[in-house]
Amino acid sequence: MATKSLKKRESDLANSNKQLDILSNGIFKNGELPTFKDKISETGQFPLKAKKLEILQINVGYMCNQVCDHCHVDAGPDRKEIMTRDTMRECLEVIKNTGAHTLDLTGGAPEMNPDFRWFVEEAAKAGIKDFIVRSNLTIIRANKKYYDLPEFFKKHNVHVVSSMPHWTRGKTDKQRGDGVFDKSIRALQDLNAIGYGMPGSDLRLDLVYNPSGAFLPGDQTAMEKDFKKALKEDFDIDFHNLFAITNLPIARFLDYLIASENYEDYMYSLVEAYNPSAVENVMCTNTLSVSWDGYLFDCDFNQMLNLPVNSKAKHISEYNEELLEGRNIVISQHCYGCTAGAGSSCQGVVA
Amino acid sequence: MSKTYYDPADLRKFGKITEWSKDLGEKFFEYYGKVFEEGALTAREKSLIALAVAHTEQCPYCIDAYTKDGLQRGVTKEEMMEAIHVGAAIKSGATLVHGVQMMNKVNKLDG
Repeated sequence: MATKSLKKRESDLANSNKQLDILSNGIFKNGELPTFKDKISETGQFPLKAKKLEILQINVGYMCNQVCDHCHVDAGPDRKEIMTRDTMRECLEVIKNTGAHTLDLTGGAPEMNPDFRWFVEEAAKAGIKDFIVRSNLTIIRANKKYYDLPEFFKKHNVHVVSSMPHWTRGKTDKQRGDGVFDKSIRALQDLNAIGYGMPGSDLRLDLVYNPSGAFLPGDQTAMEKDFKKALKEDFDIDFHNLFAITNLPIARFLDYLIASENYEDYMYSLVEAYNPSAVENVMCTNTLSVSWDGYLFDCDFNQMLNLPVNSKAKHISEYNEELLEGRNIVISQHCYGCTAGAGSSCQGVVA
Repeated sequence: MSKTYYDPADLRKFGKITEWSKDLGEKFFEYYGKVFEEGALTAREKSLIALAVAHTEQCPYCIDAYTKDGLQRGVTKEEMMEAIHVGAAIKSGATLVHGVQMMNKVNKLDG
Protein backbone atom coordinates (compact mmCIF):
# COMPACT_ATOMS: atom_id res chain seq x y z
CA MET A 1 0.00 0.00 0.00
CA ALA A 2 1.42 3.36 -1.04
CA THR A 3 1.70 6.12 1.53
CA LYS A 4 3.11 8.86 -0.68
CA SER A 5 2.21 10.17 -4.13
CA LEU A 6 4.54 9.50 -7.07
CA LYS A 7 5.23 13.22 -7.05
CA LYS A 8 6.37 13.17 -3.42
CA ARG A 9 8.48 10.06 -4.11
CA GLU A 10 10.04 11.98 -7.04
CA SER A 11 9.23 9.04 -9.28
CA ASP A 12 9.91 9.38 -13.04
CA LEU A 13 6.27 8.61 -13.62
CA ALA A 14 5.19 11.75 -11.78
CA ASN A 15 6.23 13.42 -15.04
CA SER A 16 3.34 13.31 -17.55
CA ASN A 17 5.75 13.36 -20.50
CA LYS A 18 7.37 10.20 -19.22
CA GLN A 19 3.95 8.53 -19.04
CA LEU A 20 3.12 9.61 -22.59
CA ASP A 21 6.49 8.27 -23.75
CA ILE A 22 5.71 4.85 -22.31
CA LEU A 23 2.26 4.86 -23.91
CA SER A 24 3.67 5.79 -27.32
CA ASN A 25 6.69 3.52 -27.44
CA GLY A 26 7.23 -0.23 -27.01
CA ILE A 27 4.37 -2.38 -28.29
CA PHE A 28 2.67 0.62 -29.95
CA LYS A 29 5.83 1.90 -31.63
CA ASN A 30 6.86 -1.46 -33.06
CA GLY A 31 3.40 -2.11 -34.47
CA GLU A 32 2.60 -5.07 -32.26
CA LEU A 33 -0.55 -3.21 -31.24
CA PRO A 34 -2.29 -0.46 -33.22
CA THR A 35 -2.22 3.07 -31.80
CA PHE A 36 -5.58 4.45 -30.67
CA LYS A 37 -5.55 6.83 -33.61
CA ASP A 38 -5.09 3.95 -36.09
CA LYS A 39 -7.75 1.90 -34.35
CA ILE A 40 -10.47 4.56 -34.44
CA SER A 41 -9.47 5.44 -38.00
CA GLU A 42 -10.43 1.90 -39.06
CA THR A 43 -14.06 2.75 -38.37
CA GLY A 44 -13.84 6.34 -39.60
CA GLN A 45 -14.03 7.75 -36.08
CA PHE A 46 -10.87 9.86 -36.28
CA PRO A 47 -10.70 12.67 -35.36
CA LEU A 48 -12.89 12.35 -32.29
CA LYS A 49 -14.92 15.53 -32.00
CA ALA A 50 -16.59 17.16 -29.01
CA LYS A 51 -20.38 17.26 -29.23
CA LYS A 52 -22.66 19.50 -27.21
CA LEU A 53 -21.42 19.95 -23.65
CA GLU A 54 -23.46 17.96 -21.11
CA ILE A 55 -21.12 17.52 -18.16
CA LEU A 56 -18.84 20.08 -16.59
CA GLN A 57 -16.36 18.31 -14.33
CA ILE A 58 -14.31 20.43 -11.96
CA ASN A 59 -11.30 19.11 -10.10
CA VAL A 60 -11.02 21.25 -6.97
CA GLY A 61 -7.64 19.85 -5.92
CA TYR A 62 -5.37 16.82 -5.75
CA MET A 63 -5.20 16.65 -1.95
CA CYS A 64 -6.77 13.48 -0.54
CA ASN A 65 -6.93 11.66 2.79
CA GLN A 66 -6.26 8.37 0.98
CA VAL A 67 -3.38 7.12 -1.19
CA CYS A 68 -5.08 4.47 -3.34
CA ASP A 69 -2.83 2.16 -5.33
CA HIS A 70 -4.55 2.78 -8.64
CA CYS A 71 -5.16 6.54 -8.40
CA HIS A 72 -5.02 8.21 -11.82
CA VAL A 73 -4.74 11.62 -10.13
CA ASP A 74 -1.74 10.56 -8.02
CA ALA A 75 -3.67 12.18 -5.18
CA GLY A 76 -2.71 12.07 -1.52
CA PRO A 77 -2.24 14.10 1.65
CA ASP A 78 1.06 15.42 0.29
CA ARG A 79 -0.47 17.05 -2.82
CA LYS A 80 -0.79 20.79 -2.46
CA GLU A 81 -2.56 21.68 -5.70
CA ILE A 82 -5.82 23.20 -4.47
CA MET A 83 -8.33 25.38 -6.32
CA THR A 84 -8.47 28.92 -4.97
CA ARG A 85 -11.66 30.88 -4.33
CA ASP A 86 -10.74 33.18 -7.22
CA THR A 87 -10.68 30.28 -9.67
CA MET A 88 -13.93 29.00 -8.14
CA ARG A 89 -15.48 32.41 -8.86
CA GLU A 90 -14.45 32.04 -12.49
CA CYS A 91 -16.00 28.56 -12.53
CA LEU A 92 -19.22 29.90 -11.01
CA GLU A 93 -19.59 32.39 -13.86
CA VAL A 94 -19.46 29.46 -16.26
CA ILE A 95 -21.78 27.28 -14.14
CA LYS A 96 -24.42 30.03 -14.18
CA ASN A 97 -24.40 30.26 -17.97
CA THR A 98 -23.62 26.75 -19.16
CA GLY A 99 -25.96 24.55 -21.16
CA ALA A 100 -24.57 21.49 -19.35
CA HIS A 101 -27.09 19.48 -17.32
CA THR A 102 -24.50 18.00 -14.95
CA LEU A 103 -21.94 19.59 -12.67
CA ASP A 104 -19.43 17.08 -11.33
CA LEU A 105 -16.99 18.00 -8.53
CA THR A 106 -14.00 15.76 -8.04
CA GLY A 107 -10.47 15.70 -6.65
CA GLY A 108 -8.55 14.37 -4.63
CA ALA A 109 -11.07 14.51 -1.86
CA PRO A 110 -13.01 17.62 -2.90
CA GLU A 111 -14.18 18.14 0.68
CA MET A 112 -10.59 18.88 1.74
CA ASN A 113 -10.52 22.11 -0.23
CA PRO A 114 -11.06 24.80 2.44
CA ASP A 115 -13.53 26.60 0.17
CA PHE A 116 -15.43 23.45 -0.77
CA ARG A 117 -18.60 24.25 1.19
CA TRP A 118 -18.72 27.82 -0.02
CA PHE A 119 -18.33 26.60 -3.59
CA VAL A 120 -21.10 24.00 -3.25
CA GLU A 121 -23.47 26.56 -1.71
CA GLU A 122 -22.83 29.02 -4.53
CA ALA A 123 -22.92 26.41 -7.29
CA ALA A 124 -26.18 24.91 -5.98
CA LYS A 125 -27.84 28.30 -6.57
CA ALA A 126 -27.32 27.91 -10.32
CA GLY A 127 -29.91 25.12 -10.26
CA ILE A 128 -28.08 22.66 -12.49
CA LYS A 129 -30.16 19.49 -12.93
CA ASP A 130 -27.63 17.01 -11.60
CA PHE A 131 -25.02 18.21 -9.12
CA ILE A 132 -22.49 15.45 -8.36
CA VAL A 133 -19.84 15.38 -5.66
CA ARG A 134 -17.39 12.49 -5.90
CA SER A 135 -16.82 11.63 -2.27
CA ASN A 136 -14.48 8.84 -1.19
CA LEU A 137 -16.69 8.03 1.85
CA THR A 138 -13.85 7.72 4.36
CA ILE A 139 -13.50 11.51 4.40
CA ILE A 140 -16.89 11.62 6.13
CA ARG A 141 -15.40 9.65 9.04
CA ALA A 142 -11.85 11.07 8.81
CA ASN A 143 -12.36 13.99 11.18
CA LYS A 144 -15.20 15.42 13.27
CA LYS A 145 -15.39 18.49 11.05
CA TYR A 146 -16.59 16.23 8.22
CA TYR A 147 -19.21 14.24 10.19
CA ASP A 148 -22.02 16.52 9.03
CA LEU A 149 -21.18 16.17 5.32
CA PRO A 150 -24.17 13.88 4.63
CA GLU A 151 -26.51 16.57 6.01
CA PHE A 152 -24.65 19.24 4.05
CA PHE A 153 -25.01 17.21 0.83
CA LYS A 154 -28.70 16.70 1.53
CA LYS A 155 -29.29 20.40 2.15
CA HIS A 156 -27.94 21.22 -1.31
CA ASN A 157 -29.49 18.21 -3.03
CA VAL A 158 -26.07 16.92 -4.03
CA HIS A 159 -25.84 13.61 -5.89
CA VAL A 160 -23.18 11.58 -4.08
CA VAL A 161 -20.95 9.26 -6.12
CA SER A 162 -18.52 7.17 -4.10
CA SER A 163 -15.81 4.61 -4.73
CA MET A 164 -16.25 1.13 -3.34
CA PRO A 165 -13.88 -1.39 -4.90
CA HIS A 166 -15.46 -4.51 -3.42
CA TRP A 167 -18.06 -5.73 -0.97
CA THR A 168 -15.41 -7.55 1.07
CA ARG A 169 -13.00 -5.96 3.53
CA GLY A 170 -9.91 -7.72 2.17
CA LYS A 171 -10.18 -6.57 -1.42
CA THR A 172 -11.19 -3.04 -0.45
CA ASP A 173 -8.38 -2.45 2.02
CA LYS A 174 -5.79 -3.95 -0.31
CA GLN A 175 -6.54 -1.29 -2.89
CA ARG A 176 -7.46 1.71 -0.77
CA GLY A 177 -5.68 1.20 2.54
CA ASP A 178 -6.24 -0.44 5.92
CA GLY A 179 -9.48 0.50 7.61
CA VAL A 180 -11.02 1.98 4.46
CA PHE A 181 -13.68 -0.72 4.25
CA ASP A 182 -15.04 -0.25 7.78
CA LYS A 183 -15.05 3.54 7.46
CA SER A 184 -16.77 3.35 4.07
CA ILE A 185 -19.46 1.06 5.46
CA ARG A 186 -20.09 3.44 8.34
CA ALA A 187 -20.28 6.40 5.94
CA LEU A 188 -22.75 4.56 3.70
CA GLN A 189 -24.90 3.78 6.74
CA ASP A 190 -24.82 7.46 7.72
CA LEU A 191 -25.90 8.44 4.20
CA ASN A 192 -28.69 5.82 4.20
CA ALA A 193 -29.88 7.07 7.59
CA ILE A 194 -30.82 10.47 6.15
CA GLY A 195 -32.35 9.02 2.99
CA TYR A 196 -29.43 8.78 0.56
CA GLY A 197 -29.52 5.74 -1.70
CA MET A 198 -32.83 4.43 -0.40
CA PRO A 199 -35.21 2.86 -2.92
CA GLY A 200 -37.32 5.60 -4.51
CA SER A 201 -35.37 8.40 -2.80
CA ASP A 202 -34.45 11.53 -4.76
CA LEU A 203 -31.22 11.72 -2.78
CA ARG A 204 -28.99 9.90 -5.24
CA LEU A 205 -26.20 7.68 -3.98
CA ASP A 206 -24.24 5.77 -6.60
CA LEU A 207 -21.13 3.67 -6.14
CA VAL A 208 -18.11 3.39 -8.39
CA TYR A 209 -16.39 0.07 -8.82
CA ASN A 210 -12.98 -0.21 -10.39
CA PRO A 211 -10.89 -3.37 -10.45
CA SER A 212 -8.27 -3.87 -7.73
CA GLY A 213 -5.62 -5.09 -10.17
CA ALA A 214 -4.57 -5.67 -13.77
CA PHE A 215 -7.91 -6.84 -15.10
CA LEU A 216 -10.97 -5.23 -16.64
CA PRO A 217 -14.29 -4.69 -14.86
CA GLY A 218 -16.98 -7.33 -15.33
CA ASP A 219 -20.50 -6.73 -16.53
CA GLN A 220 -21.85 -3.62 -14.77
CA THR A 221 -25.37 -4.99 -14.24
CA ALA A 222 -24.10 -8.29 -12.80
CA MET A 223 -21.64 -6.48 -10.53
CA GLU A 224 -24.38 -4.15 -9.32
CA LYS A 225 -26.54 -7.15 -8.43
CA ASP A 226 -23.70 -8.77 -6.47
CA PHE A 227 -22.82 -5.51 -4.67
CA LYS A 228 -26.45 -4.85 -3.75
CA LYS A 229 -27.02 -8.34 -2.44
CA ALA A 230 -23.84 -8.43 -0.36
CA LEU A 231 -24.09 -4.90 1.07
CA LYS A 232 -27.76 -5.43 1.95
CA GLU A 233 -27.25 -8.82 3.58
CA ASP A 234 -24.08 -7.98 5.46
CA PHE A 235 -24.62 -4.34 6.42
CA ASP A 236 -28.22 -3.41 5.51
CA ILE A 237 -26.89 -0.83 3.04
CA ASP A 238 -28.85 0.49 0.07
CA PHE A 239 -27.56 2.42 -2.93
CA HIS A 240 -28.91 3.29 -6.36
CA ASN A 241 -26.52 2.39 -9.16
CA LEU A 242 -23.08 0.94 -9.59
CA PHE A 243 -20.75 2.45 -12.18
CA ALA A 244 -18.10 -0.01 -13.36
CA ILE A 245 -15.02 1.96 -14.40
CA THR A 246 -11.92 0.66 -16.17
CA ASN A 247 -8.54 1.63 -14.72
CA LEU A 248 -6.66 3.75 -17.24
CA PRO A 249 -2.94 3.07 -17.67
CA ILE A 250 -1.69 6.36 -16.29
CA ALA A 251 -0.13 7.68 -13.05
CA ARG A 252 -0.10 5.22 -10.14
CA PHE A 253 -1.96 2.50 -12.03
CA LEU A 254 0.65 2.69 -14.81
CA ASP A 255 3.37 2.51 -12.18
CA TYR A 256 1.71 -0.59 -10.72
CA LEU A 257 1.31 -2.22 -14.16
CA ILE A 258 4.98 -1.74 -14.97
CA ALA A 259 6.26 -2.80 -11.54
CA SER A 260 4.11 -5.97 -11.57
CA GLU A 261 5.07 -6.76 -15.20
CA ASN A 262 1.45 -6.57 -16.26
CA TYR A 263 1.70 -3.54 -18.57
CA GLU A 264 1.85 -5.35 -21.92
CA ASP A 265 -0.82 -7.91 -21.06
CA TYR A 266 -3.09 -5.16 -19.78
CA MET A 267 -2.70 -3.11 -22.97
CA TYR A 268 -3.44 -6.27 -24.99
CA SER A 269 -6.61 -6.80 -22.92
CA LEU A 270 -7.72 -3.23 -23.57
CA VAL A 271 -7.04 -3.40 -27.31
CA GLU A 272 -8.67 -6.83 -27.65
CA ALA A 273 -11.78 -5.55 -25.89
CA TYR A 274 -11.92 -2.45 -28.11
CA ASN A 275 -15.52 -1.63 -28.96
CA PRO A 276 -16.24 0.95 -31.70
CA SER A 277 -19.72 1.59 -30.32
CA ALA A 278 -18.17 2.70 -27.03
CA VAL A 279 -16.19 5.27 -29.05
CA GLU A 280 -19.51 6.79 -30.15
CA ASN A 281 -20.35 7.80 -26.60
CA VAL A 282 -16.97 8.19 -25.00
CA MET A 283 -17.22 10.83 -22.27
CA CYS A 284 -14.74 13.35 -23.71
CA THR A 285 -17.33 14.03 -26.42
CA ASN A 286 -19.80 15.52 -23.93
CA THR A 287 -17.62 16.46 -20.95
CA LEU A 288 -15.17 19.19 -20.13
CA SER A 289 -12.67 18.84 -17.31
CA VAL A 290 -11.41 21.88 -15.38
CA SER A 291 -8.21 21.58 -13.39
CA TRP A 292 -7.54 23.06 -9.93
CA ASP A 293 -5.82 26.03 -11.59
CA GLY A 294 -8.62 26.60 -14.09
CA TYR A 295 -7.25 25.01 -17.25
CA LEU A 296 -9.54 23.08 -19.60
CA PHE A 297 -9.11 19.44 -20.66
CA ASP A 298 -11.10 16.86 -22.61
CA CYS A 299 -11.24 14.62 -19.53
CA ASP A 300 -9.75 14.15 -16.08
CA PHE A 301 -7.20 11.70 -17.55
CA ASN A 302 -5.93 14.21 -20.11
CA GLN A 303 -5.72 16.70 -17.25
CA MET A 304 -3.37 14.35 -15.40
CA LEU A 305 -1.33 13.79 -18.57
CA ASN A 306 -1.18 17.55 -19.08
CA LEU A 307 -2.80 17.35 -22.52
CA PRO A 308 -4.80 20.61 -22.78
CA VAL A 309 -7.89 21.08 -24.96
CA ASN A 310 -7.31 21.73 -28.61
CA SER A 311 -9.08 25.09 -28.62
CA LYS A 312 -8.35 28.79 -28.38
CA ALA A 313 -10.19 28.78 -25.08
CA LYS A 314 -7.71 27.04 -22.81
CA HIS A 315 -8.67 28.46 -19.44
CA ILE A 316 -11.94 28.81 -17.53
CA SER A 317 -11.50 32.62 -17.78
CA GLU A 318 -11.63 32.30 -21.60
CA TYR A 319 -14.50 29.82 -21.54
CA ASN A 320 -16.67 29.78 -24.64
CA GLU A 321 -19.05 26.87 -25.11
CA GLU A 322 -19.56 27.48 -28.83
CA LEU A 323 -15.84 27.66 -29.45
CA LEU A 324 -15.23 24.43 -27.55
CA GLU A 325 -17.95 22.48 -29.32
CA GLY A 326 -16.64 20.56 -32.30
CA ARG A 327 -13.03 20.70 -31.12
CA ASN A 328 -10.79 17.72 -31.91
CA ILE A 329 -10.28 15.56 -28.83
CA VAL A 330 -6.64 14.98 -27.82
CA ILE A 331 -5.94 11.25 -27.76
CA SER A 332 -3.23 8.77 -26.88
CA GLN A 333 -3.09 5.07 -26.04
CA HIS A 334 -4.65 5.56 -22.57
CA CYS A 335 -7.92 6.22 -24.42
CA TYR A 336 -8.27 2.46 -24.99
CA GLY A 337 -9.32 2.37 -21.32
CA CYS A 338 -12.58 4.15 -22.15
CA THR A 339 -13.43 2.02 -25.19
CA ALA A 340 -12.90 -1.51 -23.86
CA GLY A 341 -15.89 -3.82 -23.60
CA ALA A 342 -18.99 -1.87 -22.67
CA GLY A 343 -16.84 1.27 -22.42
CA SER A 344 -16.02 3.31 -19.38
CA SER A 345 -16.71 6.83 -18.20
CA CYS A 346 -17.19 8.69 -14.92
CA GLN A 347 -20.84 7.64 -15.29
CA GLY A 348 -19.98 3.96 -15.88
CA VAL A 349 -20.52 2.02 -19.11
CA VAL A 350 -21.32 3.86 -22.32
CA ALA A 351 -22.19 1.06 -24.78
CA MET B 1 10.40 -23.32 -32.69
CA SER B 2 9.75 -22.50 -29.11
CA LYS B 3 11.93 -24.28 -26.57
CA THR B 4 9.00 -24.80 -24.23
CA TYR B 5 5.66 -26.50 -24.76
CA TYR B 6 3.65 -23.66 -23.26
CA ASP B 7 3.97 -19.92 -23.95
CA PRO B 8 1.51 -17.61 -22.14
CA ALA B 9 1.38 -15.39 -25.24
CA ASP B 10 -0.08 -18.31 -27.24
CA LEU B 11 -3.42 -17.90 -25.48
CA ARG B 12 -3.96 -14.65 -27.42
CA LYS B 13 -3.50 -16.64 -30.64
CA PHE B 14 -6.24 -19.16 -29.79
CA GLY B 15 -8.53 -17.62 -32.42
CA LYS B 16 -6.01 -18.47 -35.12
CA ILE B 17 -7.06 -22.12 -35.08
CA THR B 18 -9.88 -21.07 -37.44
CA GLU B 19 -7.29 -20.18 -40.08
CA TRP B 20 -6.58 -23.83 -40.86
CA SER B 21 -10.14 -25.05 -40.53
CA LYS B 22 -12.53 -22.16 -40.82
CA ASP B 23 -15.94 -23.82 -40.47
CA LEU B 24 -15.07 -26.09 -37.58
CA GLY B 25 -13.13 -23.36 -35.79
CA GLU B 26 -15.89 -20.81 -36.12
CA LYS B 27 -18.53 -23.31 -35.03
CA PHE B 28 -16.45 -24.17 -32.00
CA PHE B 29 -16.04 -20.52 -30.95
CA GLU B 30 -19.72 -19.83 -31.51
CA TYR B 31 -20.60 -22.81 -29.32
CA TYR B 32 -18.00 -21.79 -26.72
CA GLY B 33 -19.40 -18.28 -26.54
CA LYS B 34 -22.96 -19.57 -26.16
CA VAL B 35 -21.97 -21.95 -23.37
CA PHE B 36 -20.68 -19.10 -21.23
CA GLU B 37 -23.68 -16.84 -21.69
CA GLU B 38 -26.08 -16.25 -18.82
CA GLY B 39 -28.53 -19.16 -18.82
CA ALA B 40 -30.02 -21.46 -16.19
CA LEU B 41 -26.63 -20.92 -14.55
CA THR B 42 -25.22 -17.44 -14.12
CA ALA B 43 -22.11 -16.46 -16.06
CA ARG B 44 -20.37 -16.19 -12.68
CA GLU B 45 -21.26 -19.79 -11.75
CA LYS B 46 -20.05 -20.98 -15.14
CA SER B 47 -16.79 -19.13 -14.65
CA LEU B 48 -16.16 -20.97 -11.38
CA ILE B 49 -16.99 -24.34 -12.97
CA ALA B 50 -14.57 -23.49 -15.79
CA LEU B 51 -11.88 -22.63 -13.27
CA ALA B 52 -12.28 -25.96 -11.48
CA VAL B 53 -12.26 -27.91 -14.74
CA ALA B 54 -9.25 -25.88 -15.96
CA HIS B 55 -7.39 -27.33 -12.99
CA THR B 56 -8.54 -30.92 -13.37
CA GLU B 57 -7.61 -30.66 -17.07
CA GLN B 58 -4.36 -29.02 -15.99
CA CYS B 59 -4.63 -26.52 -18.81
CA PRO B 60 -2.35 -23.55 -18.05
CA TYR B 61 -4.05 -21.33 -20.63
CA CYS B 62 -7.45 -22.06 -19.12
CA ILE B 63 -6.16 -21.43 -15.60
CA ASP B 64 -4.80 -18.01 -16.65
CA ALA B 65 -7.99 -17.19 -18.50
CA TYR B 66 -10.49 -18.21 -15.83
CA THR B 67 -8.54 -16.78 -12.92
CA LYS B 68 -8.65 -13.42 -14.67
CA ASP B 69 -12.26 -13.95 -15.67
CA GLY B 70 -13.15 -14.66 -12.02
CA LEU B 71 -11.40 -11.50 -10.83
CA GLN B 72 -13.30 -9.50 -13.42
CA ARG B 73 -16.55 -10.90 -12.08
CA GLY B 74 -15.65 -10.02 -8.49
CA VAL B 75 -15.05 -13.66 -7.49
CA THR B 76 -12.96 -13.78 -4.30
CA LYS B 77 -9.82 -15.86 -3.88
CA GLU B 78 -11.60 -17.95 -1.24
CA GLU B 79 -14.33 -18.82 -3.75
CA MET B 80 -11.71 -19.69 -6.37
CA MET B 81 -9.81 -22.01 -4.04
CA GLU B 82 -13.01 -23.75 -2.92
CA ALA B 83 -13.97 -24.33 -6.55
CA ILE B 84 -10.60 -25.96 -7.18
CA HIS B 85 -11.13 -28.21 -4.16
CA VAL B 86 -14.36 -29.39 -5.74
CA GLY B 87 -12.37 -30.40 -8.81
CA ALA B 88 -9.70 -32.01 -6.65
CA ALA B 89 -12.30 -33.93 -4.63
CA ILE B 90 -13.84 -35.36 -7.78
CA LYS B 91 -10.39 -36.22 -9.14
CA SER B 92 -9.33 -38.02 -5.98
CA GLY B 93 -12.79 -39.55 -5.56
CA ALA B 94 -12.60 -40.84 -9.11
CA THR B 95 -9.28 -42.49 -8.29
CA LEU B 96 -10.46 -43.97 -5.04
CA VAL B 97 -13.85 -45.20 -6.21
CA HIS B 98 -11.90 -47.46 -8.60
CA GLY B 99 -10.62 -49.07 -5.43
CA VAL B 100 -13.90 -50.96 -5.39
CA GLN B 101 -13.00 -52.45 -8.76
CA MET B 102 -9.64 -53.49 -7.33
CA MET B 103 -11.38 -55.00 -4.31
CA ASN B 104 -13.82 -56.88 -6.55
CA LYS B 105 -10.97 -58.27 -8.60
CA VAL B 106 -8.99 -59.33 -5.55
CA ASN B 107 -12.06 -61.02 -4.11
CA LYS B 108 -12.68 -62.84 -7.38
CA LEU B 109 -9.10 -63.95 -7.94
CA ASP B 110 -8.06 -64.56 -4.37
CA GLY B 111 -11.32 -64.88 -2.49
